[in-house]
Amino acid sequence: MSAFDFDIAVVGAGPAGLAAAALAASKGASVVLLDEQAEPGGQIYRAVTETPVRDRKVLGPDYWHGAELLGPLRDSGAAHWPGSTVWSVARPREDGPDGQRRIQIGLSRNGAAALLTVRHVILATGALERPFPIPGWTLPGVLGAGAAQVLLKTSGLVPSGATVMAGSGPLLWLLAWQYLQAGARIDAILDTTPKENWRAALPLLPGFLRSPYLGKGMKLMLEVRRKLTVIGNVTALRAEGGLAGEGVLKSVVYTRNGTEHRLPADTLLLHHGVIPNLNLANATGCAQRWDEQQRCWRPTTDEWGATSVEGVSLAGDGAGIGGARAAEEAGRLTALDALHRLGRIGREQRDHSAAPFRAALDRALTGRAFLDTLYTPAEAFRVPADDTIVCRCEEITAGAVREAVRLGCSGPNQAKSFLRCGMGPCQGRLCGPTVTEVIAAERGVSPAEVGYYRLRPPVKPITLAELAALPKTDADIDAVFKH
Amino acid sequence: MTATASPKPVSFCPDVIVIGGGLHGCSAALHLSMRGVRVLVLEKDHVARHASGVNAGGVRQLGRHVAEVPLSVASMALWHGIRDLVDDDCGFESHGQIKVAETEAELETARARVADLNALGFTHEEVVGQEELRSLVPAIADHCVGALVSRGDGAAIPFRTTFAFRRKAIALGARFQEGGAVTRLVRQGGLWTVETADGGRFEAPVVVNAAGAWADRIAAQAGEPVPLEVIAPMLMITARVAPFIKPVVGATGRTLSFKQFPNGTVLIGGGLLGRAVRDENRTELDFSQVSVNARTVWDLFPCMRGATIVRSWAGIEARMPDDIPVIGPSGTEPDLYHSFGFSAHGFQLGPIVGRITADLITAGSTDLPIDPFRIGRFAA
Amino acid sequence: MFRRLPEIETAAEKVSFTIDGRPASARAGDSVAAALLANGVTACRNTPVSGAARGPYCMMGVCFDCLVTIDGTGNRQGCQVRVAPGMAAETQNGKREVER
Repeated sequence: MSAFDFDIAVVGAGPAGLAAAALAASKGASVVLLDEQAEPGGQIYRAVTETPVRDRKVLGPDYWHGAELLGPLRDSGAAHWPGSTVWSVARPREDGPDGQRRIQIGLSRNGAAALLTVRHVILATGALERPFPIPGWTLPGVLGAGAAQVLLKTSGLVPSGATVMAGSGPLLWLLAWQYLQAGARIDAILDTTPKENWRAALPLLPGFLRSPYLGKGMKLMLEVRRKLTVIGNVTALRAEGGLAGEGVLKSVVYTRNGTEHRLPADTLLLHHGVIPNLNLANATGCAQRWDEQQRCWRPTTDEWGATSVEGVSLAGDGAGIGGARAAEEAGRLTALDALHRLGRIGREQRDHSAAPFRAALDRALTGRAFLDTLYTPAEAFRVPADDTIVCRCEEITAGAVREAVRLGCSGPNQAKSFLRCGMGPCQGRLCGPTVTEVIAAERGVSPAEVGYYRLRPPVKPITLAELAALPKTDADIDAVFKH
Repeated sequence: MTATASPKPVSFCPDVIVIGGGLHGCSAALHLSMRGVRVLVLEKDHVARHASGVNAGGVRQLGRHVAEVPLSVASMALWHGIRDLVDDDCGFESHGQIKVAETEAELETARARVADLNALGFTHEEVVGQEELRSLVPAIADHCVGALVSRGDGAAIPFRTTFAFRRKAIALGARFQEGGAVTRLVRQGGLWTVETADGGRFEAPVVVNAAGAWADRIAAQAGEPVPLEVIAPMLMITARVAPFIKPVVGATGRTLSFKQFPNGTVLIGGGLLGRAVRDENRTELDFSQVSVNARTVWDLFPCMRGATIVRSWAGIEARMPDDIPVIGPSGTEPDLYHSFGFSAHGFQLGPIVGRITADLITAGSTDLPIDPFRIGRFAA
Repeated sequence: MFRRLPEIETAAEKVSFTIDGRPASARAGDSVAAALLANGVTACRNTPVSGAARGPYCMMGVCFDCLVTIDGTGNRQGCQVRVAPGMAAETQNGKREVER
């Protein structure tokens, strides 16, 4: 048996992963925290250990809370392996010598791949931005708002030139506010929040009024509305390039009250909320379900984060969007449950220890329903027009997907085989939700009935060289991990 | 007309029920429909969901078991006219298939095989030396000494091919019912009754068992159990690279299937096995075996060492103990025909085996030698 | 188009590297994708499917649009690799050549 025989592997060093690893290790389990980035923080707390934006007023207090998760991790004794890309999680052929279940993780570090065997895996793979397919969204100069926020956090970069932000959701307002603090130029914010969403969200307002988001969110949004040009009720968007639509972004056309307007733009930042980054869970075989309220797919979990695959749990936004503070508490709950499943703590102790975390989780989730309902993107942005590219990697349009349905493809996997949509390197991360909704709309059935891509490992590309050199002996495995 | 997913009472009275919507089921349906026979295909998931939709797409005569050669040669003629048969070119490209020899001993085996085939009257395979191999496959590793070549071979796109057969069959009057597995097969009074898990009940005078990795269950219902093994051959595919190879390449001494599609992606397979859980429509990959496959590519194609693998998968396939399929009439029941067990190399045979099945059903016999494939060979 | 916040510009530890052979400068800690954007390079590749220009989109390693050639190895996600002194970053046109 290798020296690296961990009880628990946690995948992802965002709030859920940091909290889960710290708690499990502090209770005596041997834990390894695997993360793709060089520094912890995930996306929401990206670069929290090293951001060049030292003026705390720019990124704001919610961001800096992330730094408080680092000390407990360090003190817990958990191993932290940054720069590790996990590309597979699976049940191996045999159980361990003690008859206990083993989970096998395929991962790459420093250009070398290896298979790591653990007893339990907590996936804390977080979220990604919901795809925002509009004509021209593949033009250079069009980025996600989350992407722009990463550029700010990691590199202190802000847009220059003509800059337009578009979409809806808390992150859009937060970024606009951060740009205001930093003195960046924003020419307009095109708010696509559908009018009818306000009506639908109204019954959920009481919950939101009790929510921690209310105070901060309102303050932030009011300041942005006061100081920047915000254009509401935008129902359509397209990004335009240079001559004959080629080259890079040149302008943005938006529709409001039936009229089109054109704005010059060097940068367009799009945002329609975030959705679970579920590729690894899906490829592991975890069942997933369509969440009508959040209008996205999420792996099916119980109240402890256990998935349909024994030995694999999920915590944080990767299991369903709840935000950073909820992710942290969910990480702790999942860690307690993992300890219980490994026989390290009894059920009563688990439940007793969980009580404060569960209370904090409930508090952190207050008002979520209101936000989810208010910020559900309009159908035109989820089920785009024929000429809009939906699969960026393979350049497949919504029209091609509809045609495939008319030819007999009833779901995304058939459409994938037929058209190649979803076969590119992103493995459906940027087209999956759209393809499901386009097929559902074309067939007149719910997205739940249509289903989602069936994903397989490797969930991130690995080189043939790495695969060929996959170590076979313990000494070889140790050599890879000691790097 | 598109397939419906919900079961309905049948107002369409089929002459033949085909169990299984893979390529062999769709091919039987097409050839029968071409002869005016009314066909109903029952597919438990959706057409091409399993082996037929996810295999390596090799269209080869090369290296086949001698019993398969006459069928394969006849099928290749159909492949070269596939557009006329199914109104779709199926992505078929013919740049030859090559089986590389890494040692003199392997090359000698190749020569012996060609001699055997020639003696039987088949000339589609030939042996080439190092120089010719290098001109056919410039990227091949230096140590390779020659190869067995079938120049008329090639590759196609499996899902598209199976779909095309289905579409053409439907255009000629066939019907497809998807979503319910066959649970019961009973013959009474000259008629087969077939029941499905979603409550369907269908009747026809003739049944074709093209149920792939589940065909042993159908055969067992007819009183002729067979030793079918469920396997999960694994494949992987790379990101697009600039075109560098045209023929499909395999190896003599180790398992490999290697081809580059027109879109630039490179497909790597060869029959290394993962694990199949057929009742859950699920396969598991075995990365230590995938690693062996990668090692083979490393050895034979040095230029591929930096290639990135973007996806791997495994289909659910049936293998027979002697590695050749079951084709032909039932040994126990009248009006039941088998077309299964293609042991990870059935794709190229799809067009011809459907024709053979149609021959047997409409004329009672076929011109191609199918005795080696009889189901009775497994009877104790 | 992106610019560095002034307070960071002055405090920056600069890293010298090249973009398509041209000398460029970035900040230690920048990803290659961020460094390209900071140097005014908006499009980092053309797609192998249609030749359309693409640039970074997600900055978190999920979109695969920021693919560039780094020190001779193609198809590297620029947002996942930190810029290092002397690094050669090249924009990618069409399919990646085998053996690069």
